[in-house]
Amino acid sequence: MPNLAPADWLILLIYGFFMLTAGFSLKPAMTGTREYMQAGRALPGWLCGFAFVAAGLGLQAPLAMGLLGAKYGFESIPYVTLGAVPAMLFLGLFMMPLYFGSNARTVPEFLALRFDEKTRLLNACLFLISAVTGAALALYTMGRVFKALEVFDGPIRATGLGTWAESVLPIILPAALVLAYVLLGGLAGTAYNLALQFLVFAAGFLPAVLLGLKQIGGWSGLKSAAALAGSTYAQDWNGAGHGKIASLGLAAGLGLMFGACFWCTDFRLLQTAMAAKDVASARRAPLIAAAVWVLMPLLLVFPGLIAAGLPTPRTTIVIHNENGAIYHDITVVPPAVEAGQGLVPAEMDAESGKPLRRADGRNLLDYAQAAPNLLVHFLPIGLLGLGIAALLACMMAGVAAGVAAFSAVFTCDLYQMRFNKSASDRHLLAAGRWTAACGLVLAVGLACASCLLGWKLDTIAILFARINTPLLATMLLGMFWKRTTGHGAFAGLAAGVAATFLPSAILLPFLGLSRLREGWIAALVRSHYQSGLALSFWTALAGFAVSLLVTAVVSVCTKARPEEELEGLVHSLRERPRANATWWKRPEALAGTILLAAIAVNLIFL
Amino acid sequence: MFYDARISIGILFTLIGTILTAFGLATRTNAAVYAKSLGIDANLWWGLVLLVFGLVVMMLGRRRQMKMEKKRK
Repeated sequence: MPNLAPADWLILLIYGFFMLTAGFSLKPAMTGTREYMQAGRALPGWLCGFAFVAAGLGLQAPLAMGLLGAKYGFESIPYVTLGAVPAMLFLGLFMMPLYFGSNARTVPEFLALRFDEKTRLLNACLFLISAVTGAALALYTMGRVFKALEVFDGPIRATGLGTWAESVLPIILPAALVLAYVLLGGLAGTAYNLALQFLVFAAGFLPAVLLGLKQIGGWSGLKSAAALAGSTYAQDWNGAGHGKIASLGLAAGLGLMFGACFWCTDFRLLQTAMAAKDVASARRAPLIAAAVWVLMPLLLVFPGLIAAGLPTPRTTIVIHNENGAIYHDITVVPPAVEAGQGLVPAEMDAESGKPLRRADGRNLLDYAQAAPNLLVHFLPIGLLGLGIAALLACMMAGVAAGVAAFSAVFTCDLYQMRFNKSASDRHLLAAGRWTAACGLVLAVGLACASCLLGWKLDTIAILFARINTPLLATMLLGMFWKRTTGHGAFAGLAAGVAATFLPSAILLPFLGLSRLREGWIAALVRSHYQSGLALSFWTALAGFAVSLLVTAVVSVCTKARPEEELEGLVHSLRERPRANATWWKRPEALAGTILLAAIAVNLIFL
Repeated sequence: MFYDARISIGILFTLIGTILTAFGLATRTNAAVYAKSLGIDANLWWGLVLLVFGLVVMMLGRRRQMKMEKKRK
């Protein structure tokens, strides 16, 4: 496992130093809440776009780090691109003008403007929980990955800390760095660093992918590696395989269902675009993000594919004879690695020390280790430092976006509205900083508890990540149907959340997600829902449908708001600026090009 | 009101690129270091790529910053 040389530490230190510099140099500009929570609404479109990508990457950290390629092969390409890209384009073309034009500081505040205060309160409370658990999950993943890579073993041994520090140190150090620049630079500092983190992520992963491609034998090698990938979406869906096209369609459908809810309504992402300097930049941000995301399979899917396609290391004994003396060269490989596939280790049962098995008899693989192992395998001293920085960047992005959004929502939507309506701007600024600190401490606490005490954090975080599903339905109705009322939105949101949570809360612990042992309930659940994938899709769809239905029905039964109040909040009542640019300079043309590019990328891998 | 982010991004990548290139040059003959990267001096080549990227981004940022300062005057 890697021994970081001074050159590696130097690169890591420079990277950390630059994050802090962004915080310190923006500190003087943080004179009020508008500067702190909305970056003064002065960010250029490209910066917002890159920050948007980085936040999305960091928030799906557990997923992104699992690097879908190792598990699903080429099928993960439609899942990654065809889900996210159309959602981002829709956001940029139709939703962003309303979010930005309403002058709302947060998504719950937009709900208050469009609907009413109770809808805002409900959404704000749910969002706060999901932001903290999401940040905690990113930190927990960081602790797990860095413990497995033994990155901090040298410093830990040097300082005489116990083994507990192996997973706690990689949580606390990056968290402290994030806290420093969020407190100093607010959303502007976060967005500047998000853009930086995305570039560091790309700079660290790309050389490993290129070297891996060379080793595996280019395009043909990649194809045969993809054929090795264990699962298909259709198989994970209902246990039985289907045709290739059905499975690909399923992948795209799943991606769209989960992607649309995430990319169009999650305030942790939207905060960066809502801080753009004008409405044109705000619309451009998701479009730039979509253009970048078209190329994302290179960094999200390929590392996993290559890691799974390389030969699996085995314990070998080579005996050779030199000048009459017999040498035994023994390369010892841990059992978890030997039972794995390629560079992806198997998951071991902590009690028996044997690899865990899947239902079809193959070993259960620890996909979260695929990309980190690829980096360690190919990057030499020097570049390895950059690779570790890329892993750190990916996860810190999610934590920082979560903490900044937590602070803005708590301060604007709970503290100011419920507890202290007459608070001065300075007071709110202080409250925002305190909230950011509290949110991060809470997330660190949760992450450490999961590492040390074995709490099932991922189950809870995944559960709360679903709160966006009903929100998307309500938001779509609210934005595109002016008859939607506040009572309707509240009822729809509440019903949708209940429809998402109840089945998941009862059933999720018994499915593969928490890896509990087989029990009678698990068997009962399996007979109805073949897999965690199908269950989460159906609950997401249920949440969406219930919310859509209840919002519409209750809206029709209640009194509509007068149209004058909805100006700028509904698509049909929006002031449209005259399109003066030539047709190919308009965002619609750009969006169409990006969509075609995304489809073309998928056709290559079909 | 803020500085152009491209300047700091450019400086970071120029710095990292310089370090990697220098390290790659110094260890060019050391085969043990590059056994992992298939015998390619990855530090040198990737360092050069990052160096060029950093310089270009920094120049773009500097140009914009100067324009903005001129406008303010």
